[in-house]
Amino acid sequence: MANPNGIGASVRRREDQRFLTGRGNYTDDFKRPNMTHAVHVRSPYAHARVLGIDPADALAMPGVVAVLTGADMEADKVGSLPCGWQIHSKDGSPMKEPPHYPLARDRVRYVGDAVAVVIAETREQARDAAEMVVVDYEELPAVGSSTRAIDGAATLVHDDAPGNVCYDWHLGDKAAVDAAFAQAAHVARIDLVNQRLVPNAMEPRAALGEYDASSGEYTLTTTSQNPHVIRLLMGAFVLGIPEHKLRVVAPDVGGGFGSKIFHYGEEAVVTWAARKIGRPVKWTADRSESFLTDAHGRDHVSHAEMAMDADGNFLALRVSTLANMGAYLSTFAPSIPTYLYATLLAGQYKTPAIYAEVKAVFTNTSPVDAYRGAGRPEACYLIERLVDVAAGVMGMDKTEIRRRNFVPADAMPYQTPVALQYDTGDFAKNLDIALPLVDYPGFQQRRAESKARGKLRGIGFATYIEACGIAPSNVAGALGARAGLYECAEVRFHPTGSVTVFTGSHSHGQGHETTFAQIVAERFGVPIENVEIVHGDTNKIPFGMGTYGSRSLAVGGSALVKAMDKVERKAKKIAAHMLEAAETDIEVKDGRFTVAGTDKSLGIGDIALQAYVPHNFPLDELEPGLDEQAFYDPKNFTYPNGCHVCELEIDPDTGVTTIVNFAAVDDFGNVINPLIVEGQVHGGLVQGIGQALYENCVYDEESGQLVTGSYMDYCMPRADDVPSFTVRYHEDQPCTHNPLGVKGCGEAGTIGAAAAVMNAVVDALSDYGITHMDMPATPEKVWRTIRDATPALAAE
Amino acid sequence: MSCTVSMTVNGKTVSREVEERTLLVAFLREHLGLTGTHVGCDTSQCGACVVHVDGRSVKSCTTLAIQADGATVTTIEGLAAADGTLHPMQAAFREHHGLQCGFCTPGMVMSAVDLVRENPNPTEADIREGLEGNICRCTGYHNIVKAVKAGADAMQGAQAAPVAAE
Repeated sequence: MANPNGIGASVRRREDQRFLTGRGNYTDDFKRPNMTHAVHVRSPYAHARVLGIDPADALAMPGVVAVLTGADMEADKVGSLPCGWQIHSKDGSPMKEPPHYPLARDRVRYVGDAVAVVIAETREQARDAAEMVVVDYEELPAVGSSTRAIDGAATLVHDDAPGNVCYDWHLGDKAAVDAAFAQAAHVARIDLVNQRLVPNAMEPRAALGEYDASSGEYTLTTTSQNPHVIRLLMGAFVLGIPEHKLRVVAPDVGGGFGSKIFHYGEEAVVTWAARKIGRPVKWTADRSESFLTDAHGRDHVSHAEMAMDADGNFLALRVSTLANMGAYLSTFAPSIPTYLYATLLAGQYKTPAIYAEVKAVFTNTSPVDAYRGAGRPEACYLIERLVDVAAGVMGMDKTEIRRRNFVPADAMPYQTPVALQYDTGDFAKNLDIALPLVDYPGFQQRRAESKARGKLRGIGFATYIEACGIAPSNVAGALGARAGLYECAEVRFHPTGSVTVFTGSHSHGQGHETTFAQIVAERFGVPIENVEIVHGDTNKIPFGMGTYGSRSLAVGGSALVKAMDKVERKAKKIAAHMLEAAETDIEVKDGRFTVAGTDKSLGIGDIALQAYVPHNFPLDELEPGLDEQAFYDPKNFTYPNGCHVCELEIDPDTGVTTIVNFAAVDDFGNVINPLIVEGQVHGGLVQGIGQALYENCVYDEESGQLVTGSYMDYCMPRADDVPSFTVRYHEDQPCTHNPLGVKGCGEAGTIGAAAAVMNAVVDALSDYGITHMDMPATPEKVWRTIRDATPALAAE
Repeated sequence: MSCTVSMTVNGKTVSREVEERTLLVAFLREHLGLTGTHVGCDTSQCGACVVHVDGRSVKSCTTLAIQADGATVTTIEGLAAADGTLHPMQAAFREHHGLQCGFCTPGMVMSAVDLVRENPNPTEADIREGLEGNICRCTGYHNIVKAVKAGADAMQGAQAAPVAAE
């Protein structure tokens, strides 16, 4: 490593200083002169007709500036929140795409659907006045779950979506799968629910709208993972504001996990209202609003079957999934249970034939969209639970059945039967590294020791592969994405050799200000202190698709490399001119430009200065300046993969599960900053463990009321609920198609962990004949399951 | 109804006329502009709002400003030394990557400092139990626990150093 702060170094994060001293700048921290505060009036019903809204009492309250409704937006020709991905059903028909207005017009479709906004001098005044807005609702029957949605008698959430079906889609070769099942010696089957989760970034969503009447410019400061996308969607489709008059800033953002990818109605409301009342308008969600209105994740009900030959070789996989879209289509919702789920159903296995059907339905619940992992945890959980069931059917060791069916490393690149082509991966190696970390051979003895203490010990494995950095754009477009999925970077050398990087990726915890600077420091040999990373502002950055799907380094980092390539080419020309040598004779190493075979050389700083103060550049060939921009469109997804192993102990008397060991082995390709990568894994693991053991978003099926609407009811994993982890990675399988050789690391933990934990829970309960339990394995559920499986106990 | 509230915040005496219902966190954020203290929930569960009142950690979202009348309050902005040197706990969080998005961090650090005040040599289990009132969604707690242990050791060291010099 040439640079102590270059690639591969655990550089301590540069952003930490401000966060640790309370100097972060989150959206709710901003105050503007003459600023007002907005509070939304939200439906208390899951489904109702809005017969009328009377703001008179609210308008009479102290400090109230305005009460605005969907009718006001309609009068101003405000459009519907657009959906960024179109899926076509089996019969070729496009998905149902009902309008989704920022403020509902004549009907509300979930608890929390906004019908009006109250704007006042203070937040407290707005809140008081919101209570006084009289809304005349006529309650309608509600659809509280996906299984109810397809009950023939169910009410229609949208009149133009018969049967509440958004789309009925499939992928794979049904005939080949049916033929394989007809020949199968053994079949493993499972029915499972991947329960709904609430992402729960710790910073609640917020939005601050401003309008400058003299210039006609709008500014939206918002808690977003992708400000340019918000500008495009809101500007072009909702408010009709051209890009050059609309600035979107995503400052420090307190976590996203997917929930801040999407364009939300509140962003449009504050931007529109700022012009309407001629003052800045700020809205900040309280946590109760976050629970009600942030896009939720998961919510699948699935049946799966694996056909095997007599030796436990997988022949075919058949999957049928019912996916809940919620009341409206959120920005990327339709793509999650299709192209980010069904395409991953091969997992790490060479199953030759796969067929998946996915029916997506509307319900009277909050919209569902990408949440950390987004489709891939659902795929991993389904496959890995099914593989454990298959091991039981075959009487095989759980590691052995996996090993037998792995796609071998020498089969890469490997074309799966469900559209993806894996570029790299050595799945057996991941398992080989993992097994000693958990002393697998000693497990049976530990299990016996636990049993002697009256405890149940289980071990669970999950292998995963995921597809990160949704790509390439032409394929994404063919699959229904309404935008390409590239990334942009600009590298600007300043005259005295410092560097500003403008990236379309957005950091909301990932540490780009450090890792992206490491890449520049490594390439040009400049001190990391001289590199500034700018992100999150549409007025500063040429364009950006933002951060989601573990794409920042693989796609945004690659754009950065491409821009640095251009800088280097330009610098080489300048060096050749300054050193009076041929460009082809200039050799570049660590930011030094040397005439081959001589001691004549220049540093990048010398070149940068000359680039900005030239006197004698050959103007036909060489422009002044050292500032280059690049757009990078990836050739393929990247395929992080790994093996997670969980060992746990259950107290059968209380149902309490305690994780005693958790090892994660991951292949992320090359690693820029090990400290940050491991941190991403730790956080992901706890979100996966949270799903397995604690978290569950519950709607009442009859009324559509959110039962788990606060941290008192929705169990977030806390420090004393989870263990410390053993995390390993190897760099033997770098990505073959991006210049850094990197894969994604942001979602891996969440993708593998839930399956590993649940396989361990079921393993621990196997003596009771239990072969499956739906998540979360709360103490009550575990206790009841044991009791129901034990005739003597159940009879008590 | 409004009332006058006075207190010492990060070493400075402040006095403001506020509505009686004003929460301490709103007093700090809205009236004093100390936005390092965050609001992450509305049920006193998440701990993003933890500050020290008379040296003890308190959830400022569940405390009325008037309850802190006359008290000495320290927020995250007041933890580092006047010359900008980070408190050992802040430094340990940075060294051990105990933060990602930074939103829970101020409350987490303030809780950790009080945890070590009560228990200067906490075990991993003590730390995990002691931080039960602070939710972090990013780190999985692994590095927070390491940071608090290191911060505790450093705080011990910082106290022990002058004695050793005597």
